[in-house]
Amino acid sequence: MSGTLAAGPAPVASRRLALAGEALAARGGLVLVAVALFVFLTAPLAALLIRAIQDKGGAYVGLANFVQYFASPAFSRSAGNTLTFALVTTFLTVPLAFAFAYAIQRSCIRAKWLWRNIALVPILAPSLLAALSFIYLFGNQGVLKGVLPWFGLTTIYGLPGMVLSMTFSAFPHAVMILLASLSLSDARLYEAADSLATSEWRKFVTITLPGARYGIISAAMVVFTMAVSEFGVPKVIGANYSVLAIDIYKQVIGQQNFQIGAVVGLILLVPALVAFFVDHAVRVRQKALLSARSVPYVPKPAPVRDRLLLAFVLLMSAAMLAVIGMAVFGSFVKVWPYNLSFTLNHYTYGFEEAGVENAYRNSLTMAAWCALIGALLTFAGAYWLEKTRGADFVRPIVRLQAMLPMAIPGLVLGIGYILFFNHPANPLNVVYGTMGILVLSTIVHFYSSSHLTAVTALKQLDNEFESVSASLKVPFYKTFSRVTVPVCLPSIIDISRYYFVNAMTTISAVVFLYSPKTMLAAISIVQLDEAGAIGSAAAMATLIVATSGVVTLLSFAVEGWLLRRTQGWRRAAPTR
Amino acid sequence: MEGTQPVADALRIESIHKSFGSFVALKSIDLAIHPGELVCFLGPSGCGKTTLLRIIAGLESQTAGRVIQNGRDVSNAPPAARDYGIVFQSYALFPNLTIKDNVAYGLVNRRRDRAAIDARVAELLKLVGLPTEGPKYPGQLSGGQQQRIALARALATAPSLLLLDEPLSALDAKERDRLRGEIRQLQRRLKVTTIMVTHDQEEALSMADRVVVMNHGAIEQIGTPLEVYERPATPFVADFLGKVNVLKATCVGGGRYRVGSREIATGANGMATGDAVRLYLRPEDRILADSGPVETMPNAQSGIVRNVDFLGTYCLASLDVDGFDGQRMLVYFSLNQTLELGVREGARVAFALRPERVRVFAA
Ligand SMILES: Nc1ncnc2c1ncn2[C@@H]1O[C@H](COP(=O)(O)OP(=O)(O)OP(=O)(O)O)[C@@H](O)[C@H]1O
Ligand SMILES: [Mg+2]
Repeated sequence: MSGTLAAGPAPVASRRLALAGEALAARGGLVLVAVALFVFLTAPLAALLIRAIQDKGGAYVGLANFVQYFASPAFSRSAGNTLTFALVTTFLTVPLAFAFAYAIQRSCIRAKWLWRNIALVPILAPSLLAALSFIYLFGNQGVLKGVLPWFGLTTIYGLPGMVLSMTFSAFPHAVMILLASLSLSDARLYEAADSLATSEWRKFVTITLPGARYGIISAAMVVFTMAVSEFGVPKVIGANYSVLAIDIYKQVIGQQNFQIGAVVGLILLVPALVAFFVDHAVRVRQKALLSARSVPYVPKPAPVRDRLLLAFVLLMSAAMLAVIGMAVFGSFVKVWPYNLSFTLNHYTYGFEEAGVENAYRNSLTMAAWCALIGALLTFAGAYWLEKTRGADFVRPIVRLQAMLPMAIPGLVLGIGYILFFNHPANPLNVVYGTMGILVLSTIVHFYSSSHLTAVTALKQLDNEFESVSASLKVPFYKTFSRVTVPVCLPSIIDISRYYFVNAMTTISAVVFLYSPKTMLAAISIVQLDEAGAIGSAAAMATLIVATSGVVTLLSFAVEGWLLRRTQGWRRAAPTR
Repeated sequence: MEGTQPVADALRIESIHKSFGSFVALKSIDLAIHPGELVCFLGPSGCGKTTLLRIIAGLESQTAGRVIQNGRDVSNAPPAARDYGIVFQSYALFPNLTIKDNVAYGLVNRRRDRAAIDARVAELLKLVGLPTEGPKYPGQLSGGQQQRIALARALATAPSLLLLDEPLSALDAKERDRLRGEIRQLQRRLKVTTIMVTHDQEEALSMADRVVVMNHGAIEQIGTPLEVYERPATPFVADFLGKVNVLKATCVGGGRYRVGSREIATGANGMATGDAVRLYLRPEDRILADSGPVETMPNAQSGIVRNVDFLGTYCLASLDVDGFDGQRMLVYFSLNQTLELGVREGARVAFALRPERVRVFAA
């Protein structure tokens, strides 16, 4: 064809070299992701497995450690307690979350966005914050201690406080799952029922509940797993109610008994893995439900139902804000509840006295690194996995490893890290005790959700972008930076925010890995609480919530600005 | 296949085989494509058209076989080392780049100066009839316009081969018709060798120089649109392209076949006497009374109209043909013939079958 420029091929030799480089970048990147996941996830877990069948000296002892631990009275008590704690929490949280999600998706109450956001606020707080608040309210010096006997309780310490605090922490996670699940509905089913004059209650039982059953199971699994592997809440408000998570900590940190710690870790892994696979199976089925073309259900006003649900939603929202508010308030008063005059001492002398004045700054540093590197690595990893070609045998390995962290409780990951990175023969042991290992473990701990967010975003892009680029002889990384990243930027910001907030609030993995120099804010709450400085503990929790909150708002602002700036092409952009 | 001095093929495909695990998607595909022609891969869903196209593009690797482009063996070359432009059903325009930047996407990488690129983009936008859309984003254009842009982008680097994977199937009927003609014209004008995948027979027959009919991962027939329609090589091709009557018959020798109690003369001599066969006849392979006294013609038949389907400018009548033992035949009538010959339910109609059109396949 006659053009103003004939597009002759570039010189063959350099072109071939460039191609070889590109193929290497495509395959090498993928292999790199696989290796990184192996070193920072699979190898530590393997180290844990191996340690569980070794004695103190490192000799193979088969299942002796298991036998020893199972035979100990500590085990049966902790296992039973853990199960009770997790089950009670699940049975309290899921119905509450269901009612809340139902009110938002299936009624005509007002200001739904507000309730939805309030329900998500606990995500910004470390789980310990709720425990502190419940101590403020119902503890030995609690102002509301008097109401406990109404519920047949003598004290908030132990199981009751643990369940309440855990419910607070797990509530947003359950609500999110149930909101999604209740948003899938087929109005035609309800219309058919109406045409048969079906009662509201019967419609609820025969249409709504079955439609949401996968969501309910999924939410139950998530809450159960969170409770089983929760460390901070039992530590602060559990008193003598021993659970497996605390046992691990005592064995590993208290007694340096790594082999029993490894055994407990493996036991913790069992319910988490079961929950993971049940959840996975359930999600696959829910997807099948989703793919049917259905007309979304639009709720019609029903004054009685709407008023009742609004009352419930108000009550729950007030309770959640009260829990946060209590800790914030407590952090600013001299001596709760005797001297309520304002003070900043808990934020200044309190931290210094306990030697945790660096904790907050450390947490900020760590969270910033996680947000930056985590988002980068996760997105690039997902891109290499989903959009490049070649080295196909590596893909299933990467995919499996990317989903694995979801099934691994943080404590288990933490012990694996000690065993693997603190091993004298491991050349990587230089990272032990540094900020680096905290950042790495946190990224790995929260990798799965971030990975899924990235994969979802990437799947919205036309699969042929890479093919088109190749046919135009544009290397894949150019298309990555010119098209993929700009289009996915909102999701990348989401991932970044997710890492930041979780890095600020997490305890479970890093509690095994911090050094005095890298003490983190969330961990310092435990330390402050142990030292009896509950005001300072609340102050630290407040700092964390405030920081997560501000960063979340900032990220929303950036996303909003971005969307406005790019709406020229986003508005009607074809995605598939 | 070109004799002693082969014409240089734009593309040769030799014994291409492709399996996904145990599933065989393509088996021993051989094909030569001449410079400047438009070839359509036509076949039912899942027959392997896209897979073959992607192998040609290097986006999928064949299990065995060779791909030779302009005499160069590119069997194992990555996509970027081959010379082609490609257009997908989904357009695959970059949503965050303007139309101009989309079209320039492959040019920028070649370090041409800005003015030359701009000129080339303007030229291409004019070529596809959208000279003023440059500053817009893909989302602001209609489906047909987006597909034109995708075409411009694929042609920008002046590739010697253009690959189109169902480029029109995401468009509505009107837009599809319009773009069909435009692509054909453009292709003729630029003389760019083009392969188009489609499962729409009308599209293939109206656009292609040659049609490659595929089924179950194999090529059933290669030929001009007229050839594959008029002289289908296999029952599948006959069935897949247009409507066809299939009549059970027995060979009685001399190119004659017995259907029920009637004998039909054909041009097909390949069968042995006594063989059970199927006769394939299109509804239009008949002569009607308006062009002469059909009763005296060879293969004269008479039948009673059982049903008439009115399909716009023509009708398809289902006839109970005398002596066919209840095997019905669909016969084509133009609207005028329908009226003039009084074709309606219960009416008797005389017609003759065209001997040269009858295709015979073993039963
Ligand atoms: N990556 C793959 N893995 C396994 N099977 C595949 C893969 N790609 C294609 N197939 C199978 O190969 C067969 C041919 O697929 P192909 O996409 O080439 O069909 P097609 O002729 O283009 O059909 P359509 O008209 O539906 O696009 C199909 O049965 C398909 O399921
Ligand atoms: Mg296809």
